Formats: sequence, structure tokens, C-alpha cells
Amino acid sequence: MVLSPADKTNVKTTWDKLGGHAGEYGGEALERTFTSFPTTKTYFPHFDLSPGSAQVKAHGKKVADALTTAVAHLDDLPGALSTLSDLHAYKLRVDPVNFKLLSHCLLVTLACHHPAEFTPAVHASLDKFFSAVSTVLTSKYR
Amino acid sequence: MVHLTADEKAAVTALWGKVNVDEVGGEALGRLLVVYPWTQRFFDSFGDLSSPDAVMGNAKVKAHGKKVLNSFSDGLKNLDNLKGTFAKLSELHCDKLHVDPENFKLLGNVLVCVLAHHFGKQFTPQGQGAFQKVVAGVANALAHKYH
Repeated sequence: MVLSPADKTNVKTTWDKLGGHAGEYGGEALERTFTSFPTTKTYFPHFDLSPGSAQVKAHGKKVADALTTAVAHLDDLPGALSTLSDLHAYKLRVDPVNFKLLSHCLLVTLACHHPAEFTPAVHASLDKFFSAVSTVLTSKYR
Repeated sequence: MVHLTADEKAAVTALWGKVNVDEVGGEALGRLLVVYPWTQRFFDSFGDLSSPDAVMGNAKVKAHGKKVLNSFSDGLKNLDNLKGTFAKLSELHCDKLHVDPENFKLLGNVLVCVLAHHFGKQFTPQGQGAFQKVVAGVANALAHKYH
């Protein structure tokens, strides 16, 4: 699955409209993931996962910052995310199924906060973008 | 069987009460066909699905979405017996429609996105959690009679 020029435009335009809230949305998406899909919590035994957790918010910002980097390098996701790809393959080893769960909750978060932007076409482009990022992050797993 | 806490059942009932089932059905089915275009394979007879606007405006998509979601709504009234409620539909989707059950999961998640889109911040993480259980339960019930 390849991002078309229209997909890239949709992703960039939408991400620009997040208005500095990307970090907050990253935290919310994580909270939604842990609530809806409790098995995802197994990767964070060392975290306080209660609502409002500062650790979850900080981690959400980290995730959002990485996505912002990805948005700036849509033409070379493998290059831009290479270090993160190594990290996920050799250290974190998060089962690939979980990327879909977080991606879904990122979509839900964006739909909640930016209804005007979340048209069907943008929904499709964002889903493809998160899928492309997930593929890069799991590309060195074996 | 879907195990919802009392709070989750209340959240689902409260939110669903505010849903325009006919409209949300069309929206959810339309978005499924746009976001996951391979799902269009089941709808050759629906006419123009060539662009997001064409899909979302397509009368057959809206009508079928309405049918699907009204059926889902029936499920919500029978959370303690989803397998029984959807037994006949499960047989139909396997034997006559030949729909891969993966598609039920895709539609369930698109429905969650549509609810988030409509309700915004009212669609809390806890509310989403309750709905994820429901859509997973319905998807499992619809796959239950497959052979």
C-alpha cells in the first residue's frame, strides 16, 4: 500500500491543523488503546496507567513527535524512522497486531477533536499513513 | 458472550439513544467502502463507487447501511445472547454472501470512528471501550456459524 500524492496532501494538511495539540492527542490515543484493548497494557508494566497519568502523557507526546517527523518525511518513511524501526525490532518487540490497535485509536482521537477535517477521504489517507508507519516500524522484525 | 459492566451498558444505551441509526448506517458503510476499497467486492451491483463523494452519496449504499445498522441495533437489545440473535444472519453471510468475517471487524471499527466523529469529546475512552466490546461481540456472533 502506497501513499498517493493526494494522501500525502491530506495527511500534511490535517497534521498542520492539529495546532500544537498533537502531543495531547498522542496521550489520549494511548489512553484509549489501554482502555479498549487491555492486552496492550502488557507492554507497560513499569508505567502508572491510571487516568491522567503523567507517564502516559509524556509517552503520548513521544509517539506524536515521531508521527510529526514522519509527516515531514512522507517520501522517505524508512529513512526517517530507521532508528525507531531498530528500536521496535530489537528492543521493544511489540507484537505487530498492536500497531493496528494504536492506529485505530489515533483515528478515533482525531475524529473526536477535528470533525471538520475527518472527511471520508482524509480518514482513508490517515489510515494508510498509520499503516505505512506501522509497516516501517515492524519491517526489521525478522 | 459480551461482558459489559453496568456502567458500560449504561454508556452504550445512553449513546445509542442519541444515534440516528439510518444516517449512521449509511455513513459507516460508506466509509468502509472508501477507507478499505477492497470491501467494494461485495457490491458490484451498487453502481458508482468511483470516488469518496460517489460512495457517500450513493443511494444503494445508504439504504444498505441503514439495513445493516438496524440489524446491529437489534443486537444491542440482546447483548446477553448475540450468538442466538445473529445465528441466521451468520449462516447467510457464510453460505450465501460468502463474506470473510474479517470484514465484520473492519465495519465495527469504522462504526466506532463514525461515533467518535459525531459525538466528539462525549465519546470518552470508557464509552469507546464499551463499544469496542460490543462490535467485537457482534463480529464474533456473525462469524459463529461459519464452516
